Amino acid sequence: MAGYVASSFIAPQPAPKGLRGRKWTVSRAAGLVMLLFWALLGIGIIMILVNGYDPEKIAKYAPKIGDGIIVTIELVAMSLVLGALISVPVAMGRMSASPLWGGIAFGYSYFFRGTPLLAQTFLVYYGAGQFVGFFKAIGLWALFRDAYFCAVFTFSLNTAAYQAEILAGAILAVPGGQRQAADSLGLRRSVTFWKIILPQALITALRPYGNEVILMIKASSIASIITVLDVMGQTRVAFSKTYDLQIYLWAAIIYLITVEVLRRLWELMEQRLTRHLKR
Amino acid sequence: MAQYLELLSYGETGWGDELIRGVLITIILAIATLPLGLLFGFFIAVAKNSSEPLLRNAAHIYTTIFRGLPELLTLFLIYYGGQMAMSALWMLVFGAEFEVNSFLAGIVALALVFSSYASETFLSAFKGISHGQYEGAYALGLNRGATMRLVILPQLIRLALPGLSNLWLNLLKDTSLVSVIGLSDLLRNTNIAVGVTKQAFFFFFVACLIYLLLSIISSLGLGRISNWAHRGQGGH
Repeated sequence: MAGYVASSFIAPQPAPKGLRGRKWTVSRAAGLVMLLFWALLGIGIIMILVNGYDPEKIAKYAPKIGDGIIVTIELVAMSLVLGALISVPVAMGRMSASPLWGGIAFGYSYFFRGTPLLAQTFLVYYGAGQFVGFFKAIGLWALFRDAYFCAVFTFSLNTAAYQAEILAGAILAVPGGQRQAADSLGLRRSVTFWKIILPQALITALRPYGNEVILMIKASSIASIITVLDVMGQTRVAFSKTYDLQIYLWAAIIYLITVEVLRRLWELMEQRLTRHLKR
Repeated sequence: MAQYLELLSYGETGWGDELIRGVLITIILAIATLPLGLLFGFFIAVAKNSSEPLLRNAAHIYTTIFRGLPELLTLFLIYYGGQMAMSALWMLVFGAEFEVNSFLAGIVALALVFSSYASETFLSAFKGISHGQYEGAYALGLNRGATMRLVILPQLIRLALPGLSNLWLNLLKDTSLVSVIGLSDLLRNTNIAVGVTKQAFFFFFVACLIYLLLSIISSLGLGRISNWAHRGQGGH
């Protein structure tokens, strides 16, 4: 029987090592440690929220923070829309060949982008108080006395500077051949701008505009420092009364969810609007 | 006019010395944050660029959190949360109170924010370096460390510099938030001056101009660094 080939076959071997699970590398271990850290932090935060669960506190402060959310949304929406309106002439100035308009637009943009929003807000809110007589004379004192109005005013001017840069940059990024082609087709200047230049520019501007919306939501928390009761303002008031850190955690969760949802929505919108560019 | 110059003068009657001290704190805070933020940002970017999904996800969680939170909220969370955590720890170990320094809280919070943005800048710079660079370095017999140090990093700096320059200017502006937790930086000292003199518009305008001056000086410095980073490119 010894002659049978089968009896001298090699015994079955275990599967090669590389195929059973992935190898342990430094980066894998580092990733696991970091994820473990996040998991511990997450559990810690959940424990703080669970241990600190206090129906009385929630009944008292949750509706206030809800009001704060509405104030934040209003503040951001108004600032962004007003800022978009102001940004149009500024962007035109940034693109104009005239040294006067170009210089004014550059100075405006440089000032608002080069100084902290907090300092600008103080300048408007406290600075207006120095010119009470003047504002009373022109009948605007009721507005400038109000912290909420001052916040909208400052944020609009601030975001207008950033939006003007986005708009001007996007319009200048449209290739010159587009304008020449439109000219050679005999289209009017206004038609060229509205139907050819602007649609292409807005696609380039979409992503920076989305970033600007998110930056504005985050920056709106600065309004809380001049006593506007937005999410951050309500949170600060509640914290100063309770000294309970979980209130800040609520605010953090609210901001994180808002920003993350907005970012995802913007990504979807961008994909939809640029689907003709996909190959 | 003379009255305004008097307000800005150095000494008992003027606020010039207070403002200068504030500017120094602002600059020191920004400069102390920078290396920490760059280092963190670089390592987070390396993690995001890794082929290991666990590491990539862990790094993405970091960016999502610190880019999503308002800077002010990060600062408060670090300041008050750090105060509570450190107090509890100190009580347990030494049985004594612990006071969190607003300067330290400011550095940590600003570095967290800076590094999460910097990691994105470094990541896109990594993506801008072609794979042939690594292959060429390995073919020359360089190991991974030497490849990173001698081949990739010099190119990375050049590609990341525009983004990092913007982040530095943002950092300079964000230092003003630390005035809210009581650090006597430029903005807080300005606030004090306003409280005493009631010249709000004048002093805040001066503070804005000082911030503007700091960013102009930074831009000049960054221009020189950019020239240095492009030294091998020719024509710049």
